[in-house]
Amino acid sequence: MDDIQKRILSEVADLHDVPEGAYNIRVDGGSAGRRSTENIEIIPKPEGSGLDIRIKPGTRRESVHIPVILSKTGMKEVVYNDFYIGEDSDVVIVAGCGIHNGGSQDSQHDGIHRFFVGRGAKMRYVEKHYGEGDGTGKRILNPVTELHLEADSTAELEMVQIRGVDSTERVTTAELAEGARLVVQERLMTHGTQSAVSVYKVDMNGENSTSDVVSRSVARDDSYQKFDALINGNAPCRGHSECDAIIMDRARVLAVPQLDANNIDAALIHEAAIGKIAGDQLIKLMTLGLTEAEAEEQIINGFLK
Amino acid sequence: MLELQNVSYTVEDEGRPVEILKDVSFKVDDRKFVVITGPNGGGKSTIARLISGVAVPTGGRIIFDGQDITKLSITERAKLGVGYALQQPVRFKGIDVKDLLRIAAGHKLTTDEACSYLSRVGLCARDYINREVNASLSGGELKRIEIATLLARKPKLSVFDEPEAGIDLWSFQNLIRVFEIMRSEIEDGSILIISHQERILDIADEIIVVADGHIERQGPKDDILPHLVGTTSAISGCTRLVERS
Repeated sequence: MDDIQKRILSEVADLHDVPEGAYNIRVDGGSAGRRSTENIEIIPKPEGSGLDIRIKPGTRRESVHIPVILSKTGMKEVVYNDFYIGEDSDVVIVAGCGIHNGGSQDSQHDGIHRFFVGRGAKMRYVEKHYGEGDGTGKRILNPVTELHLEADSTAELEMVQIRGVDSTERVTTAELAEGARLVVQERLMTHGTQSAVSVYKVDMNGENSTSDVVSRSVARDDSYQKFDALINGNAPCRGHSECDAIIMDRARVLAVPQLDANNIDAALIHEAAIGKIAGDQLIKLMTLGLTEAEAEEQIINGFLK
Repeated sequence: MLELQNVSYTVEDEGRPVEILKDVSFKVDDRKFVVITGPNGGGKSTIARLISGVAVPTGGRIIFDGQDITKLSITERAKLGVGYALQQPVRFKGIDVKDLLRIAAGHKLTTDEACSYLSRVGLCARDYINREVNASLSGGELKRIEIATLLARKPKLSVFDEPEAGIDLWSFQNLIRVFEIMRSEIEDGSILIISHQERILDIADEIIVVADGHIERQGPKDDILPHLVGTTSAISGCTRLVERS
């Protein structure tokens, strides 16, 4: 890997070198390194179209890193990764994609991730998106995340996109069996003329399933964001979704929350708040000696922390 | 030293000028503890806002340590040593107590330092240092944290706008103690508090009574307080609670 690729790797996966445990590093459409472990097997699909990742039942405290780096302008790819997470395992999966586009053609990575989380298993999934490069070509990421949670399993998702992605349309769907638990934390900042659309569709089909989808975002300049979350309660269950957005400059934020209760014991809540930074927050920090710009930065950093 | 010279403040309401403050002049000397009291709506909070720079006077001058600060920004005044605790403490999603104290102090804080500020306002650092300054904190907790930020900032002049507002009586009984300690430890700085509480007025060096946009009377505590006792400008605490605390 060259220096640009290494820097992107550290941005999206906090990695400075080859990670511990199982990993696959995908650079410009090819594999730049792969390792399976005794419990985690990474099997490439034919013709580089993606990976099958199989985690043995009972695997605990192990991690898989599958970062993707695009550093050539004009590179467009669709990758299918399927994760089979064995019963009663407890694992961390770190994905993430960084694009360096220094040219005039659009670069695009569409990652389609399917997760089959076995009974009683616990998975934490971290996905960071990042873009850089001063070319005129756009940096585009359209991830699809499809979750199938078996009984009493847990999926915790942390999805972060703070800088440099021109256009993103993220679709996350989940179906939850009895006792399954889904927690999503999305953090998003858009600037310039960027556009970011997040669509969630959660089906709580099993008794006592719970879901909590929380998005915190900041929209600056002329950017556009849409948060579209549908929570279906098809059984006695508890669901919560929250969209909390700071709007700045000439940006636009559209929140489309939907709750669909199909069972008398489905308890569903949605909270949405969109607004500019409160004047009294700026005043308070300015009375502590910060300039208005520094105060704004502190408030945004805290909000997206 | 702070000096307000013939300060006035007029706003427009439906095209007509409304005088909020007229010809207000007073001094807060170094090492003094001055309390402003008076009826609600009389313009007391406006004085705090004008001193901190949140609002700019429409007439007169504000002098701080010999410098005319009338036209300076909030940030510039803060850097010169004006501290301001708001009547309604602000909530922040994602900023925790430690962050706020660090910003106030202007440098990284050790846990020990943060602990010393929090313990002075009766909060245990272990329970609070990593708490977000958000709606999960009660009014009393927020007030204490607001005061702790001023302790961490160590301004030459501390302005507190109605520290008793919005908190329960039990919390305030304990908070009065914080001001009594602050009064006894006053070194180079000076303290200006807007308050109706008799116990706060009782520890003042000087009292300023503001009503209807102007100063009704001002002078040493012993001259002013006897005229206020029994009015809404000097509310006594619940005697039973006071005895118990």
